[in-house]
Amino acid sequence: MPETSAGTLTTPAKPAKQKPGGTLYRGREGMWSWVLHRITGVAIFFFLLVHILDTALVRVSPEAYNAVIGTYQTPIMGLGEVALVGAIVFHAFNGLRIILVDFWSWATRHQKVLFWIVIALWVVTMLAFTPRHLINVFSH
Amino acid sequence: MTAIETSALKPADRPRRRGINLEKWGWIYMRASGVVLIVLIFGHLFMNLMVGDGVKAIDFGFVGGKWADPFWQWWDVLMLWLALIHGANGMRTIVNDYTNPGVVQKVLKGALFAAAAVLIILGTLVVFTFEPCPVGAPADLLPSFCAA
Ligand code: HEM
Ligand code: HEM
Repeated sequence: MPETSAGTLTTPAKPAKQKPGGTLYRGREGMWSWVLHRITGVAIFFFLLVHILDTALVRVSPEAYNAVIGTYQTPIMGLGEVALVGAIVFHAFNGLRIILVDFWSWATRHQKVLFWIVIALWVVTMLAFTPRHLINVFSH
Repeated sequence: MTAIETSALKPADRPRRRGINLEKWGWIYMRASGVVLIVLIFGHLFMNLMVGDGVKAIDFGFVGGKWADPFWQWWDVLMLWLALIHGANGMRTIVNDYTNPGVVQKVLKGALFAAAAVLIILGTLVVFTFEPCPVGAPADLLPSFCAA
């Protein structure tokens, strides 16, 4: 039952090429949520590897730690932190969606709606986070 | 083997592998850890980026102040273990998806395992051996309670 109501994310330029028979998956919400979940998961993982090493500098000396954590406070890194938090918030909310879809039959039937709820929650969270964070980064 | 032959099991129930199913427990772990990680990571980000001056307030003294409280020590250690195992296990899934069984796959999985193990040990030691008032360090870099 391919329905088109929520297809904006992938709206093709030409009249929709017929999707391969029998799949509701490719190129639709299901695929985009999966791709994004994967990319954000990998990104967070590599950040975490570095982050544990930079935190470990507290065992070296106060000066060493402050020098490295100081780079977190520059404008460019400040923007990077917005991207990082954006990735985590998406991964977290979408992870919850995956869990609900796996364990709760209502959610299994309504996973597309849930995907748009994830997007909406992501927007709200980022609207709450970004201005405050950027003010911290760009002032003082 | 033998017991199964004598019982009248439905065909669907018959071909069971013995022992624990590690993939199934991995699947469960991803979900259980995910739920806890939301709380831990959102709390971490809120404390470190939103309260007060956010990132601008982070320095050695800030960490000293947080880890003076066992609550935040355990918060961080739990987050460390759960996130690294969750992340490394997720990366393992991805390696399985994009490589064929063989040497390359073994090396990649070995590297994931080694990285996670080393960082879990390192991170745990860092939290519990942390010295907030190292002798000889300039006092203005240290948490305020060092002066006392
Ligand atoms: C830009 C965002 C972040 C900043 C500024 C930041 C800052 C810090 C700071 C100052 C500490 C020292 C102790 C403490 O404050 O609790 C710390 C430790 C830690 N952070 Fe973050 N963090 C960030 C994002 C993250 C994320 C996204 C994760 C998880 C994926 C994470 C996981 C950890 C862990 C596990 C520790 C403990 C490390 C150890 O045991 O040695 N952090 N972080
Ligand atoms: C904030 C809370 C988090 C939640 C709710 C969450 C949830 C999930 C869920 C449900 C899965 C799917 C597992 C499956 O399909 O079997 C997953 C996969 C994954 N997660 Fe997380 N996660 C969180 C944090 C993290 C963190 C901190 C990292 C990195 C250190 C991470 C890295 C990954 C990776 C690499 C995958 C595999 C993606 C794939 O197979 O496509 N996640 N997560």
